[in-house]
Amino acid sequence: MRTSVLFDAPGPRTVRRHRLYSLVALVALLGVLAFVVKRFYDAGQFEGDKWEVFVTPDYVRVILVDGLLNTLKMAAVAIVGATVLGAALGVAKLSDHAVVRWPAWLVVEFFRAVPVLLLMVFTWYFIGINRDGGSFWAVVIALTLYNGSVLAEVLRAGVNAVPKGQGEAAYAIGMRKAQVMNIVLLPQAVKIMLPAIISQCIVALKDTALGQYVVAPGLTRIYKEIYLEFNNRVPTMIVIASLYIIVNLLLTALATWAQKRFVGEKKPLEVSLVGNLEGGRNA
Amino acid sequence: MEAVFDNVDAYLKAFGYTLALFLVSGVLSMVLGTFLVALRVGPIAVLRWAGATYVTLVRNTPLVIVFAFFSFAAPTLGIRFTWLDVHIDDYDFTALFGAAVASLTLYTSSFVCEALRAGVNAVPLGQAEAARAIGLPFSGVMSQVVLPQALRASLPPLASVQIALIKNTSVAAVFGVAEATAQMRGFTNDFSSQRLGIFVAFAIGYIVIVEVVSLLSASLERRWRAAT
Repeated sequence: MRTSVLFDAPGPRTVRRHRLYSLVALVALLGVLAFVVKRFYDAGQFEGDKWEVFVTPDYVRVILVDGLLNTLKMAAVAIVGATVLGAALGVAKLSDHAVVRWPAWLVVEFFRAVPVLLLMVFTWYFIGINRDGGSFWAVVIALTLYNGSVLAEVLRAGVNAVPKGQGEAAYAIGMRKAQVMNIVLLPQAVKIMLPAIISQCIVALKDTALGQYVVAPGLTRIYKEIYLEFNNRVPTMIVIASLYIIVNLLLTALATWAQKRFVGEKKPLEVSLVGNLEGGRNA
Repeated sequence: MEAVFDNVDAYLKAFGYTLALFLVSGVLSMVLGTFLVALRVGPIAVLRWAGATYVTLVRNTPLVIVFAFFSFAAPTLGIRFTWLDVHIDDYDFTALFGAAVASLTLYTSSFVCEALRAGVNAVPLGQAEAARAIGLPFSGVMSQVVLPQALRASLPPLASVQIALIKNTSVAAVFGVAEATAQMRGFTNDFSSQRLGIFVAFAIGYIVIVEVVSLLSASLERRWRAAT
């Protein structure tokens, strides 16, 4: 529904009234913004020396390499792992054999319902909290398990979204089950799934920030190090948040492009909720 | 696992905090999210733009950073939550809890807004046209005709937003609220030989809450589907 359907084309009086509303809203918004900026300014957060660090080449390198790169690395490794795990679990969930289907269902439901942070803490202690790189792998493993389970559900929804006739036609020309899946259903499902997979990358990227609780490397650790050294919490927060937002907006643009290119006007995938008891069967 | 059985009151109390965080910020985020969606589909361009900017910014920021804002930056603005000092039985709802609720509410409301907007878009065009044809103003079109139907269409995405909120309450652990994940970390630290049992015990706690919410939403969905 286009929003303009919700109200009439405004007449002259309404146009005047809307102008008044716009003005009031604009003034109120600018007022809030000015208040925020002023308070930060009064607290000295906008002074040059608090921001200088972000134009100092050495620190820029620290932020980009130790911070952003590590964060992206954790997210990338986790997404690759999650795709592999998701493919395996998703195919298992679509299996005709209950022995394969139900355990896969149990694993997927478990990891989808448990907070990533809880998983992270557990994996961290499991690896050993003093082991080198332990927290890096705790983040990666937790994100892999969680996102893998979500992607398994995405895969199932994607395969089910392929028109039924495709599978039937493949069986009719004498393909075996594995061939139907590999040659006919999965290639078409991947196209439908692509936007959902990219959205999951955004989720994984944002969740890397949780690594703070298990002292993992990445942007959130750099955040702490910088503000402890320069006592500039607000500028650092603005910079770190902007980095996350920029990368996420790029990914969102990619997902939108993939949706247009591969899926077209069809609806995006609808993935079932956690605790969906139908999920164990071939719906 | 014995560590949990021996300290069952600590376990339950931790999940009490988790539930309190979920319930309070769940309700508040629904209210704020509805308000935001009204801004985003309304006739005032400035407000549409403000709503869109808010949603885009908050949705793409990690929740940890939103929490960090309320712990570190908000005090500079005079937002301190020190006025919050409620004690019910042996639960203490103080400044940390207030900051956690504010962060969770602001973060979740952007997702609520998007879920509701998808629902508004799913309402057939003729509904709004008919409502306008009988002379309802924008507020009437929204509150009497579009939003009630949009709410039905957006029930599944809203439920997943609220389920995500349950899991997101765990982030409050990073900022000092003694909820389940913080308690789990404490237990694991003190009884490291039982870490698997402790993990399973706390996972089950979360799964129970998640399942209750998703069963509730499933039964609501069934009832509302029958009504249409």
